[in-house]
Amino acid sequence: MQLNRIDLKKAFTGMSLIREFEDSVHVEFASGILPGFVHLYAGEESSAMGVCMNLNDQDTIASTHRGHGHCIAKGCDVKTMMKELFGKKDGICGGKGGSMHIADLTKGMLGANGIVGGGPPLVCGSALTFKTKKTGNVSVCFLGDGASNQGTTAESLNLASILKLPAIFVVEDNGYAEATSSEYSVGGNIVDRGKAYGLHAEKVDGNDFFAVYQATKEAVERAKKGDGPTLLHNKVNRIYGHYEGDALTYRLGEETDDIKKNKDPIKIFKKKVIESGLLNISELTDIENKVKNEIKEAIQEAKDAAYPTEKDLLTDVYVNY
Amino acid sequence: MSKKTFREALNEAIAQEMRRDENVILIGEDVAGGAGGKGDQDAWGGPMGVTKNLAPEFGRERIIDTPISESAIIGTAAGAALTGLRPIADLMFVDFLGVCFDQIFNQAAKFRYMFGGKAKTPMTIRTMYGGGVRAASQHSQSLYPIFTHIPGLKVVIPSNPYDAKGLFIQSIRDDNPVIFLEHKMLYDEVGEVPDELYTIPFGEANFTREGSDITLISMGKTVNLCNNVADEMKKENVSCTVLDLRTLSPLDEESILEAVEGTGRVVIVDESYPRCNIATDISALICDKGFSSLKAPIKMVTPPHTPVPFSPALEDLYLPSAEKIKKAIHSILV
Repeated sequence: MQLNRIDLKKAFTGMSLIREFEDSVHVEFASGILPGFVHLYAGEESSAMGVCMNLNDQDTIASTHRGHGHCIAKGCDVKTMMKELFGKKDGICGGKGGSMHIADLTKGMLGANGIVGGGPPLVCGSALTFKTKKTGNVSVCFLGDGASNQGTTAESLNLASILKLPAIFVVEDNGYAEATSSEYSVGGNIVDRGKAYGLHAEKVDGNDFFAVYQATKEAVERAKKGDGPTLLHNKVNRIYGHYEGDALTYRLGEETDDIKKNKDPIKIFKKKVIESGLLNISELTDIENKVKNEIKEAIQEAKDAAYPTEKDLLTDVYVNY
Repeated sequence: MSKKTFREALNEAIAQEMRRDENVILIGEDVAGGAGGKGDQDAWGGPMGVTKNLAPEFGRERIIDTPISESAIIGTAAGAALTGLRPIADLMFVDFLGVCFDQIFNQAAKFRYMFGGKAKTPMTIRTMYGGGVRAASQHSQSLYPIFTHIPGLKVVIPSNPYDAKGLFIQSIRDDNPVIFLEHKMLYDEVGEVPDELYTIPFGEANFTREGSDITLISMGKTVNLCNNVADEMKKENVSCTVLDLRTLSPLDEESILEAVEGTGRVVIVDESYPRCNIATDISALICDKGFSSLKAPIKMVTPPHTPVPFSPALEDLYLPSAEKIKKAIHSILV
């Protein structure tokens, strides 16, 4: 294990922050305060953090409609993210984007995306910038098992391959595209699709932060050496439904119980670091408490913040018009 | 006849037509829901539950859940329509048009003409449009003018449950590609809907109010807004005609010109972006063929030329409202 104690604390802080953010949003949404469509990332934290711990602020990611976790892992500020979810003027996108469109270009976060399969071509573009300008950076596309069936994904895998772009496609397969099982919707398998286009492709235990971290580390090295793109098929699980309000009737209750009990990436991480003696329980508890307070404050500040006004409606459409 | 929601009216239209014609199939993402999983095999019936209970009756051979692959869904429907089926394809949000537009406008819309009149493409694309649910820029658009722009497509946009059923059955039976637009705020609207099969012909606008001072022209959800405004304007002794276009392609030019002739003053209410939309199209029509009837400039109530904002505070300012319509009316009544 090449990660030191500081890295491990960072990883645990990030995963805990994502979980607390999502659990709190779940509660706030149920109370009817939060507007719009919200898709929660809880249960997949190891994937976002395992990938993003290998990236710096100049490296870029493209995200999905289930994007809060990617944003937090890439370093977006949780307080302005929360304000965005509440539609407030000081939100990370001025209240204009909401949950599905959080972006922070200063952190290399190219946007959550309301269109399934919207991200892969954009990551080809970002990787092309890096390749053209010889910056030595990488671009990562998070996509779901659902997006793996979009034409944009197939086209992007091929283009990234033939141009040897410094790109990484992270397919987070949580088992369901909306309410449809990936057992039904994915023909063949995702790793073979990557290989067929000439990418290095492998399946990763997405619940295991360390497995994701290591696979991404190798993918980043490959990209930086000019050896082309990688596809990682991260098998993960979502704790909540497709969107907030989804009754989850397509999944048996015991499946959800099993995810919470046996496949929770935060529990798995804790067990590993405690058993290996790298971090102790009180260190982890301290982090969890700190994170709880941070999110509690974020929610209160978001509730108290002001809405945008009429003069904000017509701005930002063009740079100049 | 009984009270039904817009959602129930559509569900009944599809079910009754599927019983009548075995060539009708339904294809789309989660039109049943739960495929391949261990839970409920009719879990969703589409995101708004419109196609609920169809899979248990008609089976998964005719109610086909798909991967998230809009190009393949729409193209499959077009190819199937060309070769003997009568598919209904669910595009879910109209914004997803961006993923599959080629199959609609370069393929389905053009078969008939390009093939010298030899082809028939009897397909219906159901899709949700419109704002008000805080769904932000990629899930709230009113993109119907884009379809209206394309020759070969028919464009249908009902405002109430009765029209939804009759127009949907007509859409299925039509031998052309039809885009059927459902405003996502209309699904719970209740109205009297006959239990039996019936159709409403395309190209026949509906006068929902008859008046003598001003004509309000609209389509889909904003028709209801116009009806309410018309009722409220009575207090000011202003008598309004409201014309519900029902279909944008074909367009009932005759009723539009008749309405303009009756009042001489027109406000067009359109939730789509203001440039090259239905309001500008109708305005041009009136200027061309009904100019002599006009007593005042034509007014258009639309959103501003911006994407649909997420924040409730901004979206409320963005959408057409009763206040904006009244302001437009007052500006030309003087």
